[in-house]
Amino acid sequence: MRLKTLIAVLAAGLFSANAQAQTEIQWWHSMTGALGDKLGEIASGFNASQKDYKILPVFKGTYPESMTAAIAAFRAGNAPTILQVFEVGTATMMAAKGAVKPVYQVMKDAGEPFDPSAYLPAVAGYYTNSKGEMLSFPFNSSTVLYYINKDAFRKAGLDPAKAPKTWKELIAAAEKLKSAGQACVYTTGWPSWMHIENLAAWHNIPIGTKENGIGGLDTQFTINSPLHVRHLAMLGDLAKKGLFTYAGRTNQAEAKFYSGECAMMTSSAGAQANIRRNAKFDWSVNFIPYHDDVKGAPQNSIIGGASLWVMSGKSAETYKGVAKFFAYLSKPAIQMDWHIATGYVPITMAAYEVTRKSGYYEKVPGADMAVKQLTNKPPTANSKGLRFGNFVQGREVIEEEMESVFAGKKDAKTALDDALRRGNEILRKFEAANKG
Amino acid sequence: MGKRVVFRSAWLPYALLAPQIAVTVIFFFWPAAQALYYSFQLQDAFGLHTEFIGLRNFSDLLHDPYYLESFKVTALFSALVAGSGLAIALLLAVMADRVVRGALAYKTLLIWPYGVAPVIAGVLWAFLFAPSVGIVSWVLRQTGYDWNWVIKGDQALLLVVIAAVWNQISYNFLFFLAGLQSIPKSLIEAAAIDGAGPARRFWTIVLPLLSPTLFFLLVVNIVYAFFNTFGVIDATTQGGPSQATQILVYKVYYDGVKAGDLGGSSAQSVLLMIIVIALTAVQFRFVERKVQY
Repeated sequence: MRLKTLIAVLAAGLFSANAQAQTEIQWWHSMTGALGDKLGEIASGFNASQKDYKILPVFKGTYPESMTAAIAAFRAGNAPTILQVFEVGTATMMAAKGAVKPVYQVMKDAGEPFDPSAYLPAVAGYYTNSKGEMLSFPFNSSTVLYYINKDAFRKAGLDPAKAPKTWKELIAAAEKLKSAGQACVYTTGWPSWMHIENLAAWHNIPIGTKENGIGGLDTQFTINSPLHVRHLAMLGDLAKKGLFTYAGRTNQAEAKFYSGECAMMTSSAGAQANIRRNAKFDWSVNFIPYHDDVKGAPQNSIIGGASLWVMSGKSAETYKGVAKFFAYLSKPAIQMDWHIATGYVPITMAAYEVTRKSGYYEKVPGADMAVKQLTNKPPTANSKGLRFGNFVQGREVIEEEMESVFAGKKDAKTALDDALRRGNEILRKFEAANKG
Repeated sequence: MGKRVVFRSAWLPYALLAPQIAVTVIFFFWPAAQALYYSFQLQDAFGLHTEFIGLRNFSDLLHDPYYLESFKVTALFSALVAGSGLAIALLLAVMADRVVRGALAYKTLLIWPYGVAPVIAGVLWAFLFAPSVGIVSWVLRQTGYDWNWVIKGDQALLLVVIAAVWNQISYNFLFFLAGLQSIPKSLIEAAAIDGAGPARRFWTIVLPLLSPTLFFLLVVNIVYAFFNTFGVIDATTQGGPSQATQILVYKVYYDGVKAGDLGGSSAQSVLLMIIVIALTAVQFRFVERKVQY
């Protein structure tokens, strides 16, 4: 009798443990170092705040690596629930209608409140379809900013409080810096993002037809516009004169800036963390320069970074958990915490307000420059974002052609015409592979 | 002469061979067959829609000027890597063969680079030659030479050739050294007595006797330059700048993984396989005739 009771109790215990089992939700991401630590903290915070769902963050490598792993896992029937995908992967994810579950659908099915207008327009517009429905959840967004070395400016006799606002002013400053003995005066990270994509958005001209690709798969690039050709020719000319030093396709320029080698730099807002840690000189962060003879400039810049996609094929219970987690992520306090720790922009207007009221932007000048630039003016069809299929490859094609110009091998018009032709081939192939 | 070993069991030989065959089938034949299958299809990244398009992937490739450019880069790259790898290794082997004191130390040190993975070798040399912070770059800048491989394609190619050759020299060195030591000393001495100088002895006696080793190494080095240099390119230039170091095997990876074009990438890998098989067959047919066994 005693043994039977013991067995019954044990069995009951085991079964009840099963009934209380948490729904586990796998989250694949690409945040390294301090960013990864912060992400883990946020996930733990959510897990501790309730008992039904458990978020399991898994670092899966860089953005391309993690996306490749997720695609392979999906083909094997083993995809994660939440996947962090960088902005250039948006078109690929959106076209994969059977593989993803749109975020607005997840929130609606779970009955969680979700208001797209609460998000920064430049952020929401990037991840929304033409019907205004949000397909992925914005998580870490940055934009491109302009950094100057104030000590170098002082040495060259320039006013460090007056950072150049236009390209004309930048070139004048560059020439003065060069004659004061600065070896490298201007460099850039993410050349295509800054000088082709954001050039278009900042001056309110299109990068592609159909609202930069947001309106349909049959979009075509327009990156060989007169402004683009003139701007790239200007950069090529500066490179020849030694006023522009090309550093590479990603963020290699940032080390050149915070080591003091280059006096001015345009790169991601996310560079601030490393600059704060490493720069041994006085510096400031500013709006990116514009061409003052273009009507409508400056407009607003477009984002970089990543968003969270929900993969299909999971249980309804799992999706409830995802909706609860996204609601948690949208809380202003959580957003503010993420924004301050990482340098990414606060995704919602409420989070921006809360951060402002806390006096953070007085303590750390320049931390709100990214938000200010993204909200400089309400976005137009040309500046709310872009959506091109296989844009990882598309960007590399553009950057290859830009490299030919910087090396003096091609003139700007030929390079951009070639980039247009090659880029459009990629778009057509994507369209063909994703039709129906 | 001697006893022939005969397996009396009917199944034991097959059982012993089975693991190796399984590995070969799973890791070589199956992926190759799948690549062949994918090369005839157009599909999106997630595999949700696939469409049979016959040979269109192949014809697109052959009409793509950038793919044809990649051929030229690969040909140049392989010639440089194989050529300088063999020449330098042969020189080192001949030198090492003549050394009497500390011979073991030289030979050990010369073999070490082979133990370094290609990716590490690439990163190592990328640091040494880094435009801003590399030691070699600093020396070059002192002499007034403008070293910036991030912009200049020729310099980028030089960088990856150096890294790839450095990695492979030890392998070639080992084989050359063994080959040299198997040449009977009596032949060399006889030639010396007959009045042949060192250069003459090298070209008329040593090299012909070394030709089997040389032929083997030529085949191995060409295959190495075509395939195993992927790690070096990925760790350093990623095919840049402007495709100056875009060798065929890197383009296969890039188009398949980064660009999501599985059909085009599979077609490229099929073509690459055909090229290397053809090259090896050509080598066996024509070069082997000159080898003296």
